[in-house]
Amino acid sequence: MLQSVPVIGRDIAMEEALIPIDPALKKRLADIALNAARSKGASYADVRIGRYLNQFLTTRENRVENISNTESYGMGIRVIANGSWGFASIDQLTEDNIARAAATAVQIAKVNSKLLTEPVKLAPQRGYGEVSWKTPIEKNAFEIPIKEKTELLLAVNDVAMKGGANYINSSLFLVNEQKYFASTEGSYIDQDVHRLWPTFTVTKIDPKSGKFETRNSLSSPMGMGYEYLIPKKEEEIDGLFTIYKNRYNMLEDVTTATRHVDEKLRSKPVEAGKYDLIIDPTNLFLTIHESVGHPSELDRVLGYEANYAGTSFLTLDKWESKKFNFGSNIVNFEADKTQKGSLAAVGYDDEGVKCKNWDIIKDGILVNYQTIRDQAHILGLPESQGCCYADSWSSVQFQRMPNVSLKPGKAALSPADMIKNVEKGIYIFGRNSYSIDQQRYNFQFSGQLCFEIKDGKIGGLLKDVAYQANTQEFWNACAAICDEKDYRTGGSFFDGKGQPSQVSAVSHGCSTTLFKGVNVINTGRKI
Amino acid sequence: MSILSKEEAQAILKKALSFSKADECEVSLNGSEGGNIRYARNAVSTAGDMSSMGLAISSTFGKKTGSATINEFDDASLEKVVRRSEELAQLAPANPEYVSLEGPKTFAESITYNPVTAAINPDIRAEAVRKSLEVAKAANLEAAGFLENTTSFRAIMNSKGLYAYNKDTDVSFSVTTRNQAGTGSGYVSNSFNDISKLDTLALTKIAAGKANGSAGAKAIEPGKYTVILEPLAASDMLSNLVRGFDARGAEEGRSFMSKKGGGTRLGEQLFNEQVNIYSDPFNAELPGATWNGDGLPVERTSWVEKGVVKNLSYSRFWAQKKGVKAIPGAGRIIMEGGSASLEDLIKSTEKGILVTRFWYIRSVDPQTLLLTGLTRDGTFYIENGKIMFPIKNFRFNESPIIMLNNVEALGKAERNGNMIVPPMKIRDFTFSSLSDAV
Repeated sequence: MLQSVPVIGRDIAMEEALIPIDPALKKRLADIALNAARSKGASYADVRIGRYLNQFLTTRENRVENISNTESYGMGIRVIANGSWGFASIDQLTEDNIARAAATAVQIAKVNSKLLTEPVKLAPQRGYGEVSWKTPIEKNAFEIPIKEKTELLLAVNDVAMKGGANYINSSLFLVNEQKYFASTEGSYIDQDVHRLWPTFTVTKIDPKSGKFETRNSLSSPMGMGYEYLIPKKEEEIDGLFTIYKNRYNMLEDVTTATRHVDEKLRSKPVEAGKYDLIIDPTNLFLTIHESVGHPSELDRVLGYEANYAGTSFLTLDKWESKKFNFGSNIVNFEADKTQKGSLAAVGYDDEGVKCKNWDIIKDGILVNYQTIRDQAHILGLPESQGCCYADSWSSVQFQRMPNVSLKPGKAALSPADMIKNVEKGIYIFGRNSYSIDQQRYNFQFSGQLCFEIKDGKIGGLLKDVAYQANTQEFWNACAAICDEKDYRTGGSFFDGKGQPSQVSAVSHGCSTTLFKGVNVINTGRKI
Repeated sequence: MSILSKEEAQAILKKALSFSKADECEVSLNGSEGGNIRYARNAVSTAGDMSSMGLAISSTFGKKTGSATINEFDDASLEKVVRRSEELAQLAPANPEYVSLEGPKTFAESITYNPVTAAINPDIRAEAVRKSLEVAKAANLEAAGFLENTTSFRAIMNSKGLYAYNKDTDVSFSVTTRNQAGTGSGYVSNSFNDISKLDTLALTKIAAGKANGSAGAKAIEPGKYTVILEPLAASDMLSNLVRGFDARGAEEGRSFMSKKGGGTRLGEQLFNEQVNIYSDPFNAELPGATWNGDGLPVERTSWVEKGVVKNLSYSRFWAQKKGVKAIPGAGRIIMEGGSASLEDLIKSTEKGILVTRFWYIRSVDPQTLLLTGLTRDGTFYIENGKIMFPIKNFRFNESPIIMLNNVEALGKAERNGNMIVPPMKIRDFTFSSLSDAV
């Protein structure tokens, strides 16, 4: 589930964001909390001291609409007492306040334990002592002056307006999580996590018909610093038009987008029917997110999200059988929180588990899920897979999606090769509408750009295209995957889960992929 | 304690403003308190209590504005946040769309605060959830639900002498009940200003009835059908529509309210003549503040009358540019219904589908407001005025504009979330494909 932007925290000066807090101070505060929790009867306790920095810049045409620079700082204490979880958080970090919050967490645990049906069972986890991890950025986006960032966005807008667009919105979202984790297992983990997302939407109106069309940027949100916005030839792929890997050329993309939006106004409506679909990573990442990432979250399978996004069709019996054909035998999905430049990459999760990678779908078969410490035993796993995350010091950490990626094809194959073998198809780029049911069976997606393929050749753009399928049928229709050279990550910057809702960010890597005989509908209507 | 009185809030805001050296300055104070309980697998999973308060300030020199926030309210902190916003204003580019602040006004006293709802505590929440769990367990179903209540206040003051204060309360409850085989599911969701109207036992019984009633669902062919939408389903479709009743997007030519050749569809018969939509802060079930963040009064506003679009919202900047009165956005809306009950609507239907709710609705085409989504938690086939059997869920592709053109009948309106909406009988609703999801 994807949702809107949370803007919480207090506004701070740009410079303040650059001063990290001394880990020695954080250790002292954490120890106060851990000791207080223990003394009140907790059998386990963990502490997160978080400093969450957000910078959002939004512009339209020749104007800066908003610059928001916020910080949220505080401590969240989670405990187990009498077999039950308890949680409390505090923003004014004095010794007394911390001790009081720890006591509250233990009290909540003890009260809840009276209603307990299933006592908490934690997978074993060793302490790491004092360790640290940083996102391997080259340039801290928060260090770049605001003026330089707004000038880039306004320059992007200028290109679109001069190119004949009627309107353009462009934005830059930056996040820095400075997280300190400590637990009674003996870990003191200091991490500095960065991510960013540059994005735009170009709009053009045809005054004669009154129709308007848009084209969104083909950038990806990344777990990177400002270097993502510095173009690099080696990170570009030349196909129907230039597409970007680990560096993004925003000025070039907006030039292309302005041309595309004009073509979209002149595109012909699609004829509904079955088509072979060649789907670019800029669109496929979201299909992976909804139809593979979400149903393999174990807590959904168990019913913990039943009142919100629902449950999952990937029930435990399908996993136990070791024979459930989720997809064709060339389909392999790997989960990880380690891919460089990805949104979910971190050294250790929010309950002190070192991050790693594992298979979810292997040769088309369902082989695993996504778990945290209190779920690992359900699958008989010796340890947690490290999927625990909270979006703030003031929210409780729980299971969130790691990166889930489709492994590239082993044999050499390019999108150009793929197109040659398609008689009746559509080549789709960019995310647009998205919808999937409450057990992740039936989905419908559309794209930013849908090119007609006829007898192995690319035709013009088609409009009103949406593809509709059943998850298992779709992934079993996967007939070919391009090789590693085409592999790129897309991602969701604001994925929603839980009540009350929390956000998280996650990437999905894949190469251009071919699906045979997928149902395409025409979504055009008259009002 | 995060809920301040009118006088307490006024004192803090006055002090903050006293530090201002800007040409224009506005300050706002927000506080909220509340709690929640989440449950799943027939047991409480998480529970929390929240309390927070914050102050936000915008300082303007000419047309350059800077904003800052703080959550400490001693004099030194107030002065610090004022200076911060002034420094940022000096660094900001001039905003050509800046409009001078509103002057002082008297706003009508709202009816948004209910002291009984404000007095909800963890024990009251726990008891409400206990009743819900009891129903689920007795019916041999597994329940997952969420109960949340909030008390909040908001106050604004500016350098032109405007001061406004409002306090409000709300409680919302939702529950999903599913049978052990995973073949049936039912859902209920309701919000109230007055907690004495919340009966979690009765509501969970309704969800349980839907769960048991939806086991053994049959697949029927997708296509265009007459649908009876329960108020929850109707509200799911309408929230997207109301957001589009805005003049700027329409006049810029990029919304469903834009007219070919320029201008907007204001004054046009866009919907069936049975459709009447308005907002009114004095509606007892869905009360709202009588002023908005810009310091404009929020009054009863008619959006659609007999199917004709009567008003679009105008921001202060756009209103000034167009030489019209600024109109705050729709926010909470009320759609008038008739006197028929849901049962009456079902009885009047020869062949149709009863929909409890829609899920995962997303925009497909902003030009026509075409939405896609799915039915969920209780979908039934009606023939000759009777529910015949439960059916498998459908994906739909439909526009609320087309839907409100195809109104056959409207029942008695009731509150659902942030809307008051009737159950409705709609012809030719487009179901595109089947879903195996329960």
